[in-house]
Amino acid sequence: MRAFPLLLALALAVVLTFLTVPIVAIFVDSSPAELIDSLGEPGALDALWLSLRATATALAVILIVGTPAAYLLATRSFRGKSLVVTLVELPLVLPPAVAGIALLAAVGPSGILGGAVEGAGIELSLETAGVVVALTFVASPFYIRQAMASFAAVDRTLLDASRTLGASEARGFVRVMIPAALPGLAAGTALALGRALGEFGATLMFAGSFQGITQTVPLAIYDRLGTDFDSALALSAVLVAVSGAILLSVKFVQGSEALGGAPG
Amino acid sequence: MRIVAAAAAAALALAGCGGGDEPRLVVSAASSMSEALDDCSPDFDDADVRLSFAGSDELAAQIRQGVAPDVYAAANTKLPDELNKEGLLSRPVEFATNELVIAVPRDSDVRATGDLAEPGVKLAIGSESVPIGSYTREVLSRLPGDEGKRILANVRSNEPDVKGIVGKLTQGAADAGFVYVTDVNAAGDSLRAVKLPAALEPDVKYAAGVLKGAKRPDEAREFVDGLTDGACADALAKAGFGVP
Repeated sequence: MRAFPLLLALALAVVLTFLTVPIVAIFVDSSPAELIDSLGEPGALDALWLSLRATATALAVILIVGTPAAYLLATRSFRGKSLVVTLVELPLVLPPAVAGIALLAAVGPSGILGGAVEGAGIELSLETAGVVVALTFVASPFYIRQAMASFAAVDRTLLDASRTLGASEARGFVRVMIPAALPGLAAGTALALGRALGEFGATLMFAGSFQGITQTVPLAIYDRLGTDFDSALALSAVLVAVSGAILLSVKFVQGSEALGGAPG
Repeated sequence: MRIVAAAAAAALALAGCGGGDEPRLVVSAASSMSEALDDCSPDFDDADVRLSFAGSDELAAQIRQGVAPDVYAAANTKLPDELNKEGLLSRPVEFATNELVIAVPRDSDVRATGDLAEPGVKLAIGSESVPIGSYTREVLSRLPGDEGKRILANVRSNEPDVKGIVGKLTQGAADAGFVYVTDVNAAGDSLRAVKLPAALEPDVKYAAGVLKGAKRPDEAREFVDGLTDGACADALAKAGFGVP
């Protein structure tokens, strides 16, 4: 009987080693001084600033449109709902290369909707707007999925009580459901943020790579691989630090709820 | 316990760690050779050739980080020479030449470099860190007056490899780009090549060598020799590569 707990501990040790050694290596290979040096380079700063702007824009879109959509899916049942949910979740499991090709085929200059996009005076490929589209496409399912689970987990009697007291559903959604689901929504936001910050393949294929316009941090890392490994390491270290900070802050916001087995 | 061990063994076997009977030769080659080498490698008798294609610079970076294929074949001579000086690669052999051209969609009316300097033309070229990108900048620097500068100002994407440039062109995202003539051939009917004047043409030479840490040095040497004489030399010629 003693063997089983030992096996569990062993499995955890393997998981931890496997997942942390590569991350630690990034920091071992680059001294803090080198790290700061490489970040002073204009290309690196441009990439960081672009990643920040594009990710923030994509997240704003995801939150504004995704939250009510997730609420609908969590609170209504209708025919074909599981199909709708599957379609919404599909980009989660798509390889980035497929996402890139799909976006090109849909809204690229020669895509099925390319003419309409162009007609509307919108330029996506080789523009920052294209980066935002790519990030939104790959990251939104991470948020919507988590938001659905969080809304579904809210005690419906809360909403019903607000309705009995005469509040409209819209008011109940804003005043009751969102606050009650907030820890889960925050977790979903963090997941989407992490995915958007790390997006590589779809961005490169759909939006291209140009300093300050479409070259996000992951693209800048790839571009430096052959010529400036130290700078690639430094940018990687920044992404690790930012992503770690995001995860930690979510754990902090969620407080004990995260430890108590809340959805996600 | 036994189930876990069996699952791990199965996973490793699936991942290709099982090991076959035929010796395996790992060849890291520049992306621009993928069609030609995919074509001829099954004919290599002495080993099961495993091809790994990427930008020459990326492959060189992997080798410097300790990744050891048996053969390294690059789209220039600079990177193999550097690796040779660093003691990582045998003396490189020049085995093919290529030609830098302007690639445009078939219906484009671009006829010469001057057309690329017009305002509003969207260009996708190679990133400065890959050979195709440095050849392109070399050509642009030889143009008279400020033409090169005006062309660079039209660049909208610095792609990490040739496939990225070709993709941007075939999808209509970019109006023109600089690639190798072999890439235009490989893209079939969708692209057209505009030749550069001889005075502008850079000297594009491909070189290959055997890794110092090669697991199969003899087969590797044979593969490198085959690039200048044999099935792979024929496949390279068919794809449009020249003889150095």
